[in-house]
Amino acid sequence: MFLTYLRRELRRRRKAALVVALGLALGIGLVITVSSVAAGMRDAQDEVLHSLYGVGTDLTVSKEADESDGGPQTFRIGPGEDGEDSTETDDRLMPLGGFQHLDASAVDDVAAQDGVDTAVGALALNDIEFKGDFRQGRIAGGAGGQAAPGQGGPGGGAGDGEGGPRIEGGGADIDVDSFTVTGVDVTRQDVGPLSSSRISDGATFGKNDTDALKAVVDSAYAKDEGLKTGDKITIKGKKFEVVGIATADTGAATANVYIPLQRAQQLSDADLEDKVSTIYVKADSSEDIPAVKDAIDENVAGASVTSASDLAEQVSGNLSTASNLATNIGRWLSVVVLVAAFLLAGLLTMSAVGRRVREFGTLKALGWRSGRVVRQVMGEAFVNGILGGVLGIALGIAGAYVVTAVAPTLDASVGPASDAPEGAVLRGPQKMLDEATTSVEVALQAPVTLSVIALAVALAAAGGLIAGCFGGWRAARLRPADALRRVE
Amino acid sequence: MYQLTGVTKRYQRGKEAIDALAGVDLTIADGDQLVVRGPTGGGKSTLLQLLGGLDRATSGTVSLDGTDLGGLSEAALTRVRAATIGFVFQSFNLIPTLSAQENVETALAPLGVKAAERARRAAEALESVGLAERLTHLPGELSGGQQQRVAIARALVKQPKVLLADEPTGNLDEDTRDDIVGLLEGLWKELGLTYVLVTHDSSIAKRAPRLAVIRKGRLKVTEREAA
Repeated sequence: MFLTYLRRELRRRRKAALVVALGLALGIGLVITVSSVAAGMRDAQDEVLHSLYGVGTDLTVSKEADESDGGPQTFRIGPGEDGEDSTETDDRLMPLGGFQHLDASAVDDVAAQDGVDTAVGALALNDIEFKGDFRQGRIAGGAGGQAAPGQGGPGGGAGDGEGGPRIEGGGADIDVDSFTVTGVDVTRQDVGPLSSSRISDGATFGKNDTDALKAVVDSAYAKDEGLKTGDKITIKGKKFEVVGIATADTGAATANVYIPLQRAQQLSDADLEDKVSTIYVKADSSEDIPAVKDAIDENVAGASVTSASDLAEQVSGNLSTASNLATNIGRWLSVVVLVAAFLLAGLLTMSAVGRRVREFGTLKALGWRSGRVVRQVMGEAFVNGILGGVLGIALGIAGAYVVTAVAPTLDASVGPASDAPEGAVLRGPQKMLDEATTSVEVALQAPVTLSVIALAVALAAAGGLIAGCFGGWRAARLRPADALRRVE
Repeated sequence: MYQLTGVTKRYQRGKEAIDALAGVDLTIADGDQLVVRGPTGGGKSTLLQLLGGLDRATSGTVSLDGTDLGGLSEAALTRVRAATIGFVFQSFNLIPTLSAQENVETALAPLGVKAAERARRAAEALESVGLAERLTHLPGELSGGQQQRVAIARALVKQPKVLLADEPTGNLDEDTRDDIVGLLEGLWKELGLTYVLVTHDSSIAKRAPRLAVIRKGRLKVTEREAA
């Protein structure tokens, strides 16, 4: 009787049922879409963090730079001493700005802390090569004077003597070539900068390649420079064989070129023997991360420990903005729409009960208990809710599909970004901070997970039951005599 | 047997108190028929609602087989309605989405009768009112007279002790009215029911062996020989 009555009533009042269901569907669909977008934001942030950290890395340890560090770099480059046209180069392997360096022994100190599974060091460097073609200027001018060679240099050009001797021609074309180099611990590559990339061609370092002249090159950089496995790449005058091409999981690599840590330490111009810039830490379990962070902070002098959650707070750019929108405005919008949908469903159900006063009064006169009538009303509302849930899930999946299909690109920047105005010439610490900032672009996906679907079903059921409670409350209060009297 | 003693039912309309029933004393023996007549608003339906346990008296007692209906809990009163009393209403009050057979079954649902048994008894009840061929018809597919027959089958399917009919012919034409009145009287006699019929139809009242006229809440009962 319950099911027959329920089925017939829903069929008879399908327009009203559809209005209630659509109201709920709108709220539930919005919740699904917003939840999916928020999940996509989290995934995107995870991708960003993984690209910076490497999969499997839970913490990074570094030493923040002092304001006094990183003054202007000085390069000595000029024409040859013989005064002839010449090509001069200066190749520097400098520390990548933003951090002081830790002693390599700090890696062992960190590894010795309770809850640490693995700790590996890495050294981030910047290879800058200046290459200048110098042309000598000629002294000209004076009354019928013979032109004579004169010193030219960068910015040299025509002299401005009026009648006196002047320098004509001369100058220099200077190319600056720069790429980032990271020294990696070849014995533990599952944690550290290379763990966020996969080897798409060739091979990675062997465990015995601690001092090898081998390099793994990021695929994007390799493409730009036309590098492939077997080629040679010059770093600080040393020729490294490209043994592998690494493709970053998110398209944003930690460095352009990876070389063995020991080699990086030896080649650096900044006397970085036995130094690392970052220690990558993997904890025994995710629950241990806060305790490990505290232990390193306390026991390793000068260490600055960053966890994924810390880093997530530093993420800026439109990914951060969109994420905030999704989590804040989106969440509240969903809540408001959902509450409105629940209220609408409740009021419509109450109204429907109001139109069925005689019906319910008659059933009560026939001996139906209030509970039985309420159960009937709630059953109908519950099915409406489920129908709304199904429609809402369809709407939500459609919304998430659209977001995924459009796949808006979000950029994220992580790091101590400089606050200098755009176009300003950065020097010293500001320049180092700017260099330490890493930008990653990710395409937003909106994955609809089973948990989101389960949430939608729960909301649908809750919406139906809340609406049913409204209607049931009204039905329960009906006294049969009043109900029958009203239609006389 | 019904025993009403000093029954008053007072409604409050704003500041004005209206006595729909004022000190009514009445006895209806088992198997008796009572026709209640009176003007609109005279208190006929109120009396029927008190007899049917749909409402409670403001003062006085309404007892059925020695049980004061006013003293019963809502749940107990509901059980009395479910098992003992059958109602027939002027507007038929059928559930529009249920078939004739399912409408009749609604009277058996609160008694815990199993589905198959419900269906069988509902079909028999409809057959007894001449609607064996209309089991699956919705109320909207039936004439007024047929709908009232379904309502009568619904009232009687649970084999009640009491049948209360509130203007059962009020919405029917004359021919159909006579059919329905004849059907109800036949069932009353056949089943030995206590039968209370509320009507303002004088032709029906004339045929009643016992007539109660109610005006401004006051009841006057006239006993006469059956026609």
